[in-house]
Amino acid sequence: MTTARLQRTRPFRPHGQLGGRTPLNGTFKRRATIVGFLAPALVILAAFVGWPMISALRLSFTDASGFGTPTFVGLDNYTRIFTDPEILHSMGNTAYYAVMFTPVSIAVALMLALAINSPRLPFRSFFRSTLFLPFIISLAVAAFAWSYLLDPQIGLLNYWLAAVGIHLGNVLQDPVLAMPTVVLVAVWKNFGFYMVIFLAGLQEIPTSLYEAAQLDGANGWRRFTNVTFPMLSNTMAFVVVVALIAALQAFDQIYVLTGGGPYRSTETIVMQIYQSGFKDLDLGFASALSYVLLIVTLLLSLVQFLFFGRRGEANNS
Amino acid sequence: MTTFGQPKALTLSGTHTRRRGDPMRWAYFAGFLIVTLALMLPVIIIVLTAFKPASEVNAYPPTLLPHQWTLDNFAAIFSQLPFGRLLGNSFAFAGGVTIFALVFDSLAAYALARLDFRGSRVLLIVIVASLMIPFQATLIPIYQLVSQLGWVNTFAGLIAPRAADAFGIFFLRQFFVSLPRDLDNAARIDGASEWRVFRSVVLPNAVPALLTLGIFTFVNNWNDLLWPLVFTTDQNMGTVTSGLTLLTGPGGIIPQGVMMAGALVAVLPLAIMFLLVQRRFIESVASTGLK
Repeated sequence: MTTARLQRTRPFRPHGQLGGRTPLNGTFKRRATIVGFLAPALVILAAFVGWPMISALRLSFTDASGFGTPTFVGLDNYTRIFTDPEILHSMGNTAYYAVMFTPVSIAVALMLALAINSPRLPFRSFFRSTLFLPFIISLAVAAFAWSYLLDPQIGLLNYWLAAVGIHLGNVLQDPVLAMPTVVLVAVWKNFGFYMVIFLAGLQEIPTSLYEAAQLDGANGWRRFTNVTFPMLSNTMAFVVVVALIAALQAFDQIYVLTGGGPYRSTETIVMQIYQSGFKDLDLGFASALSYVLLIVTLLLSLVQFLFFGRRGEANNS
Repeated sequence: MTTFGQPKALTLSGTHTRRRGDPMRWAYFAGFLIVTLALMLPVIIIVLTAFKPASEVNAYPPTLLPHQWTLDNFAAIFSQLPFGRLLGNSFAFAGGVTIFALVFDSLAAYALARLDFRGSRVLLIVIVASLMIPFQATLIPIYQLVSQLGWVNTFAGLIAPRAADAFGIFFLRQFFVSLPRDLDNAARIDGASEWRVFRSVVLPNAVPALLTLGIFTFVNNWNDLLWPLVFTTDQNMGTVTSGLTLLTGPGGIIPQGVMMAGALVAVLPLAIMFLLVQRRFIESVASTGLK
């Protein structure tokens, strides 16, 4: 940092005096170098992240449809989001999805991470890699597999469950069971990712803490509640936020499995954005909906950022 | 040097005493193996169904293992779908995004990590903040822009919007910062230009990070459904993910055995990549949660 400041205060040097190649001639050439390194990425980010953000905000105040000149409609689109029962329903669905997805995927991931972390388990790397596998499979492909397993006529899982007295029927056509089913598919795809993050967190816990707890006569459960769980709180906070954000963006497996049905019971915000924006061409409204998604995501990220920022300071001191 | 590439945290070597003679150890192993197999049932069903003849795929009662193994389903995906074309598109799209993003992200990351310039800190903060924007939220203006450029149904339209990404820049910047500066300063004293330092000193030392980011980018794009659904309306421009979805979804025209064969082939390139670098990849993924 100090060298950088020194460079700037140096007098102008004619090009070529130092061969024109050292970083010490803070001149036009150096600026050109910096711009050259940054420009490709910044042009892409400006065109496809920065501009679309502004553009989406502008569109959200219009009745744009892709044809003709859009008219300014003020807050109409936003008013509609918070009054239209169908939209409120899909927001409710998204919340319901998040409320199921987040705790279930975290519980599954944490239990598996604890099991793998046990020194008693042989071939731990094998288990870790195998259980991570669903994370590299696309949600769409995972959805194919689950739809076949849960097929009411020929589904293996349905057949096995029926053998033990559980008759699921056609879960994807059932307005009550369709949502838990699409959540299940997402949990299955993502638990390996959260598990690996938990594993990393578990391995940062000093073993001396466990030894001390053991000396104090704490049993396995007490060691978990008094050592593991508190020491894992940062990791937990991270995973909760990441899982919530993933839940807000639920789309792929719903598109494949139910298309938002039956009776809109699996219609989520992103499904609605896709429908309004790319099927109904109601671009203004879809943009307003996008902005609501954007703001909720930003708020969640901000919570995480503040949490981790505080944690960083604590670590430094 | 704790880096994204090789975090020290995730070594699985036993820190506690290993109980070799512990009989519970193998009971524990057997129990966990059963849990793992149960959780892998969807993967197992994809693989086994792909090799089942149609009569068995639709048979009641359903069975796990095929009685008769067949490759008919694999022949069918290539004859009933433009599957070769879809695979090629996926490679071009995911591969194109990966290559561009690695080049552009590493250039920008180098500037942010090494070329101390006024505003670099602010720029970094803006880039990190933009990480939090879900792409679904800006999809409509991106689509409008791509369509004004005449890029719908082209690889340019699929690739260009993702040719750089904030996560990649941030990830590589963190890695570059962790590399010792002595190496590149030595090169600078020898008269090397920044470009030369970047290419000959920093990049060769960043191969693990580039590999991890590359696989991450490739997998994400290969698996993405919404993006190719939006930017390609021509079936011949779809990816394996979007193509399989459109042609085989529930009530689709393709029988389930064929669908599973398609799913298996779609997953195979990723599975192979993953198996080759699994440890490093998992550890890097884990470290995103730690830093």
